Amino acid sequence: MNPAVELKNIEKRFGKTEIIRGVSLDVRAGERHAVIGPNGAGKSTLFNLVSGRLVPSAGSILLRGENITGLRPFEINRRGLSRSFQVTNIFPRLSVWENVRCAVLWSKGYKYSFWRNVDKLEDVRARTQEILDQINMADRAEIPAGVLTYAEQRALEIGITIAGGADIILLDEPTAGMSRSETERAVALIRKVSEGRTLIIIEHDMGVVFDLADRISVLVYGQIIATDEPPKIKANQKVQEAYLGAAGHD
Amino acid sequence: MSGTIRSYGVWILAAVLLLILPYIFPAGASITTMCLIGIMIIFALSYNMLLGQTGMLSFGHAVYYGLAAFVTAHTMNWVAKNGIAIPLPLIPVFGAIAGLFFGILFGSVSTKRGGTAFAMISLGLAELVYSSSLILRSFFGGEEGISTDRTKLLRLFGYNFGPQIQVYYLIAAWCLLCVILMYAITRTPFGRMCNAVRENPERVEFVGYNPQFVRFIAFSLAGLFAGVAGSLAAINIELSQASFVGAAQSGAVLLAAYIGGVAFFVGPILGAILVTLLSIKLSDFSEIWVLYFGILFITIILFAPYGLSGLLMMHAQFWRGPIGSRITRLLKLFGAYIVALIPVLIMLAGAILLIEMIHHVAQKSAEGANMHFLRRNYLTVNTHTILPWLGGLAAMIGGFFAFRFTWPTVASAWHNALVDAQRSGK
Amino acid sequence: MAELIIISTLNGVLYGMLLFLMASGLTLIFSMMGVLNFAHASFYMLGAFLGFQISQWAGFIPALILAPLIAGGIGAIVERYGLRTVHKNGHVAELLFTFGLAFIIEEVIQMIWGKLAADYRVPSFLDFSAFTVYATNYPAYKTFMLLFSIAIFIGLILLLTRTRAGLIIQASLTHPNMVGMLGHNVPRVFMLVFGLGTALAAIAGVIAGAAFVTQSNMAALLGPILFVVVVVGGLGSLWGAFVASLLIGLLQTFAIASDWSLSKFFSGYFTPARGTILFDIWTVTIAQVGPILPYLLLVLVLIFRPTGLFGTRDT
Repeated sequence: MNPAVELKNIEKRFGKTEIIRGVSLDVRAGERHAVIGPNGAGKSTLFNLVSGRLVPSAGSILLRGENITGLRPFEINRRGLSRSFQVTNIFPRLSVWENVRCAVLWSKGYKYSFWRNVDKLEDVRARTQEILDQINMADRAEIPAGVLTYAEQRALEIGITIAGGADIILLDEPTAGMSRSETERAVALIRKVSEGRTLIIIEHDMGVVFDLADRISVLVYGQIIATDEPPKIKANQKVQEAYLGAAGHD
Repeated sequence: MSGTIRSYGVWILAAVLLLILPYIFPAGASITTMCLIGIMIIFALSYNMLLGQTGMLSFGHAVYYGLAAFVTAHTMNWVAKNGIAIPLPLIPVFGAIAGLFFGILFGSVSTKRGGTAFAMISLGLAELVYSSSLILRSFFGGEEGISTDRTKLLRLFGYNFGPQIQVYYLIAAWCLLCVILMYAITRTPFGRMCNAVRENPERVEFVGYNPQFVRFIAFSLAGLFAGVAGSLAAINIELSQASFVGAAQSGAVLLAAYIGGVAFFVGPILGAILVTLLSIKLSDFSEIWVLYFGILFITIILFAPYGLSGLLMMHAQFWRGPIGSRITRLLKLFGAYIVALIPVLIMLAGAILLIEMIHHVAQKSAEGANMHFLRRNYLTVNTHTILPWLGGLAAMIGGFFAFRFTWPTVASAWHNALVDAQRSGK
Repeated sequence: MAELIIISTLNGVLYGMLLFLMASGLTLIFSMMGVLNFAHASFYMLGAFLGFQISQWAGFIPALILAPLIAGGIGAIVERYGLRTVHKNGHVAELLFTFGLAFIIEEVIQMIWGKLAADYRVPSFLDFSAFTVYATNYPAYKTFMLLFSIAIFIGLILLLTRTRAGLIIQASLTHPNMVGMLGHNVPRVFMLVFGLGTALAAIAGVIAGAAFVTQSNMAALLGPILFVVVVVGGLGSLWGAFVASLLIGLLQTFAIASDWSLSKFFSGYFTPARGTILFDIWTVTIAQVGPILPYLLLVLVLIFRPTGLFGTRDT
């Protein structure tokens, strides 16, 4: 069986600066895979490459065996890969309901239809409601997304990401800036929504990472120095030196 | 955009209103004005498919209006000449096709980018078309334009569409149809994705949609409806001329949509009515009325970015609770408005007097010292004496400070109404 | 032929330099503030009319100094009390604001100076022939315009590369988001840049107004070409604006001097029927097409290089 996502010798340069320096990685179908590493290691850049926001300078990216290198973000999304953003990236003046519904429409096959009444699409309505229930925001449906609290916006961000039913989900620091209790709720939500899917997650909170991940990749200065199960990562000498030793106590 | 208009009742009401309007305003000039308003409503709403719905600021929307008008004039002449069995009421279909065609043609180059680049490109394309009108004389008809005769087409039920009232009903019917269609489009999957593109085009890419393609469809459809408007304009005055594709026409539709308010579907309708009425009436009062128009526009951009409809909709939150309390609540608020309005009017009168006197001294010195303020003979002012200048200045400055003084009254009335409305619940 | 080429090149470079005086200010403002100033050409027009009025009262040299100062001052006030207010409503609102401003400036100029062309003439001390190319006399005033705009160009380069304020502006060209972190009074820098940019446009207006037509429609005629320059050059690229200014300057000047047409080229082979669109295209001369050429260039650039010749960033 093909890996869900496969990176082959990915490189990314901005001018002369090399951010990603030859990354190869297999993410197995159905696993929860965390990417950790110090600030500036290139984690978000890696996500941008996989999701099509950036095009790699060299190397190729395969989605379930299909080469998706150089495809536009919406083309990759239609192939079943969806991502969230580190900096909340929603539709601020649309209601929470509209936010989620926008993310549902394509997956239900309505494309650019300008002849169907969107409010009468029962499958879209049901799916939108289901997502709102999952992220516990059914009672906030009519509120403009821009006025939600930070934690609510983060939850909505996840809701938009999963709404299209993608089976590969990329979450970029979903708990950043959250309090302890908010983080716990967010982790429970992530666990729930990634059930039966492939999850790739960037996370700084080591508690969350070791709690959630089946496997962990450690990215340091644009290279993956180790990919393994959590206990083995913890014990890995190279990881300890390069990363956990310095940043593991925060 | 919010679901304020839900049932078909509104459309039936609108249809009845359109039917009886000529009986309420039967004068010839009123019928002519209402024809212009109907055309402008379609045009402004089509413009708002871009600006309000999709967040695309176009400086060249008249291209589709104007080109469709030319296609319409040529089509009518061709139909009349060859005796083809197409009645006048169906002619706007050709305008729609022309608008759609040119929307697709120019949209394919201009909608690749949004934001500022799109705005500049729309202006460049508009200039390209306008400059071409001087060269392609057989299509644009040079200085005179292309004239046509709407009575020469196949008659339907004996109507030849010579009288303006028949043209009014033709425009009214097309206007209602286009308004309903454009409203319906806002409530489709595509319409909602337009809003999403307006809000955050980048995120749209990550929910499976291509924002460039959303913009392209919006642009093409806006071209289609602008085409209907242009077609009706050509039928209305039996002429199509190069100014139809010009910058002033593009500016007029922008002003109408924005003054009415682009955030609500009804905004451009209000704007079209107001702007058309003002542009007809204001010239009775002043030669430099376009300046006041510009000042109104800037004022709205600065202080009421959601336009007139936005100002009206701000009051929707007071419309709750028992009907009696709703009315008293609004009456109290409007009372405060009137208190503040008086100094504003004094300030405006002073400013307008000064502007008109500057204009008179700079441009009309040959007419002597006396100026008829607002073109009224009973308001004659001697611009060579100091008194009117001091008076204008005093009214302007005094009015401004008096307004500042009354503003807290409005603010507290607003606050009270809000508290009152919240107390009475939903 | 050589005569025509030399004269057209001189005129083309002159026109291009004038365009660049405006395009440079427009680009600086856009790069720093993200606002494309729709009213930029209106400040050029304001410069021309102020220059006309002041030279009537006090002579050309005072006009050349005072008119840009006044226009730049008005520009700074517009930024401080207008643009800054609408800034919170986003770029579309800012662009609309400058659109409304262009509208108002045109109306105010008509209100004061009327719709007819102002009698703005070349100052008498520059009204002679500077040199002769074959049989054509090249006017001293045009030579002055060329040298003066080159001097301003050099002055701008020195300002940008040798002064503290210039370095801040330069930094903002490449890293627009970093300016705020430099610890400078960013709003004041914005106001100054807006004032400087509009003053540059006004300088172009003062010197061009005397040589060409000073009329209330001059902004509407020139504005769109200015936007073609910045889009073709690449939004935000000063170097691109320079190249595109000269390109369009030369293109239009050479076009005016050419009476070439398709019918001339194919004469004897094929003649379309009179009264058709093809006939119009067939018989139009390059000189008549001149006004369209910048916009055709725009469309071509958009199709083949959407970011402009030297543009790197999207909007």
